[in-house]
Amino acid sequence: MLTFVARRVALMIPTLVLISIVTFTIIQLPPGDFLTTYVTNLSAQGEQVDPAEVAALRARYGLDEPLPAQYLTWIWGIVSDGDFGRSFEWNRPVAEMISDRLPLTIVFMAATVVFTWIIAFPIGLYSAIRQYSITDYVATTIGFLGLAIPNFLLALALMWMGLNVFGQDSVGGLFSPEYRDAAWNLGKVLDLAGHLWVPMVVLGTAGTAGLIRILRANLLDELRKPYVTAARARGMPERRLLLRYPMRVALNPFVSTIGWVLPVLIGGEVIVSSVLSLETTGPLLLSSLQSQDMYLAGSIILLVSVMTVIGTLISDLLLAWLDPRIRHGMA
Amino acid sequence: MSRPTDVDPATPDAELAVASQRTLVWRALRRHKLAMAGLVITCLLYLVAVFADFLSPYDPGDINADYAYAPPQQLHVVDTSDGWDWGLYVNGYEQTRDPETLAQTFRENPDEKIPVRLFARGPEYKLFGLISTDIHLLGPDDPDGPPMYLLGASRTGHDQLSRILHGTRISMSIGLVGLAMAFALGVVLGGASGYFGGKVDAVIQRVVEFFMSVPAIPLWLGLAAALPRDWGPLQRYLAITVILSIINWTDLARVVRGRFLALRGEDFVTAAYLDGISRRRIIGRHLLPSFSSHLIAAMTLSIPAMILAETSLSFLGLGLRPPTVSWGVLLSDVDVRALETAPWLLLPGLAVVTAVLAINFLGDGLRDAADPYQS
Repeated sequence: MLTFVARRVALMIPTLVLISIVTFTIIQLPPGDFLTTYVTNLSAQGEQVDPAEVAALRARYGLDEPLPAQYLTWIWGIVSDGDFGRSFEWNRPVAEMISDRLPLTIVFMAATVVFTWIIAFPIGLYSAIRQYSITDYVATTIGFLGLAIPNFLLALALMWMGLNVFGQDSVGGLFSPEYRDAAWNLGKVLDLAGHLWVPMVVLGTAGTAGLIRILRANLLDELRKPYVTAARARGMPERRLLLRYPMRVALNPFVSTIGWVLPVLIGGEVIVSSVLSLETTGPLLLSSLQSQDMYLAGSIILLVSVMTVIGTLISDLLLAWLDPRIRHGMA
Repeated sequence: MSRPTDVDPATPDAELAVASQRTLVWRALRRHKLAMAGLVITCLLYLVAVFADFLSPYDPGDINADYAYAPPQQLHVVDTSDGWDWGLYVNGYEQTRDPETLAQTFRENPDEKIPVRLFARGPEYKLFGLISTDIHLLGPDDPDGPPMYLLGASRTGHDQLSRILHGTRISMSIGLVGLAMAFALGVVLGGASGYFGGKVDAVIQRVVEFFMSVPAIPLWLGLAAALPRDWGPLQRYLAITVILSIINWTDLARVVRGRFLALRGEDFVTAAYLDGISRRRIIGRHLLPSFSSHLIAAMTLSIPAMILAETSLSFLGLGLRPPTVSWGVLLSDVDVRALETAPWLLLPGLAVVTAVLAINFLGDGLRDAADPYQS
């Protein structure tokens, strides 16, 4: 097991390096370097630009050096003292801006993953055992719809319902106005829980639909295997039979899907949060991209990608722990 | 199964035994009702895309500020105002302005009738980009009279129906163009990976894994945001399709690799190799045709992802931009205020869901039918 963990962690490193290179490329893509843009913006607003400050920034980010050197400066700043650069739109350190929003993003993601499981598990199980029953057809249809409706459309539809059916006047956001700037207390946590379910449902649909289909397909494959027939022939009660053997095998994708659900969720989060104006990293990424505030945008892309890679790692390790075939490299 | 020589050639069984793979796939697909429905709807959508100019009453760029947020009108087929008579018409609008908020409200005026006719004259366009004409399927009798808005109007008074029909063009074609590029990447890299195996396979598989482990949407957004602002609609369209295919080729590559790996050891491949046939010919003539149905299924299933991606990108303002009309661009008009006053602006979303569902069902059916020799 230890060698497996070591190998898996070692494999992660090239991926992380590659991600950082891709991110850096994205930061560099807009024409001109960001400092020129920054100075132009300031001058356009009629502000005085101190040439010494510009020169200092130029030296700090190594702008006169070749690109590989700039990349090294950038990544070294992040690794050594968490300096992600500066947001030129907000004139604040990127690290500070992200740390305001990252915890809520993680809470939101985790809640959505749990929600996805809780919904997908019983439905997938039921529609596999009662294949071609009405419930199975309903679940399949909902599953297809969940995959076909873009997240933002669902968010808009729910907002429309909130406005017209439930008569709410404020939809969106994660907190009621009275808690928005309050310190954390029980009331604020409850308020968050009350607001979180709408984005959670919106974001969770696609993942839930996918999981139901996978669980159903896997369980159906397992149920047809000879060992199930053998156990049944020996008179094992159906419920115990189901939960003891095929279920355990079919559960693997639940763990391994964290790997592919996370990228989908993190991507969807950007869209859903922007529509519902949540206080997470998604809308920040979008606005920074629209204004080509590339250090902020790049840092968020880097962080969410790293989060995905770590999530995938955790799911792989869990899977290896659950399934000896994977641990010993047999499957 | 009985050998073909044993049975009377006239019976259907005998036909089945000698039927080509294409016939068998088609037979299997025809049994799949949802897939057939999907096929019909998909074909209709592409027809709409081709004939969008003819089907829509107006040019998608036409605006009429007097009719901002005008609600959908009902198309009457039967005229009962004066006895009973066939007659196409819509009711005109009665406009009132709220004295306090200055908001415009529209009400249908049952007394005002705007006659509507089939094959009406309207704005001029070029059918297939060649034939100049001004005949539209449906339009007000008098092209200079009051307009009709069967699906409502946008904030600037665009006809929503014409815009959705024209949006079909971009939204449905972007899937195909993006797919063509993803296909090229997927088949070449997946094929090399599966056919050569070894080191080539290992390297390509790492690249595929990398693309699958990175959250796609932030990457698209980053790439799309980096596109120069001054690019024209066509350049943007092409750039967006490239971005979509960069992310979407991995699934195709995996399918191709899997099939190559499965077929590489088959006897007919070894036989061809022993006959001294070149590698290129083995791939092109022996391997590719034997899994082309799988490939078509996988390709069909990747179109919806492209359509959804374009819609999301354009909705966020990072994909296509007006004056280009796509379903995503249309949906980007929707904000909280529009939701309250003009919920019909959500209608392009219905088009997206219909298209994605139809192509998904079709792809699912194709996947099930792809291997007609099974079972």
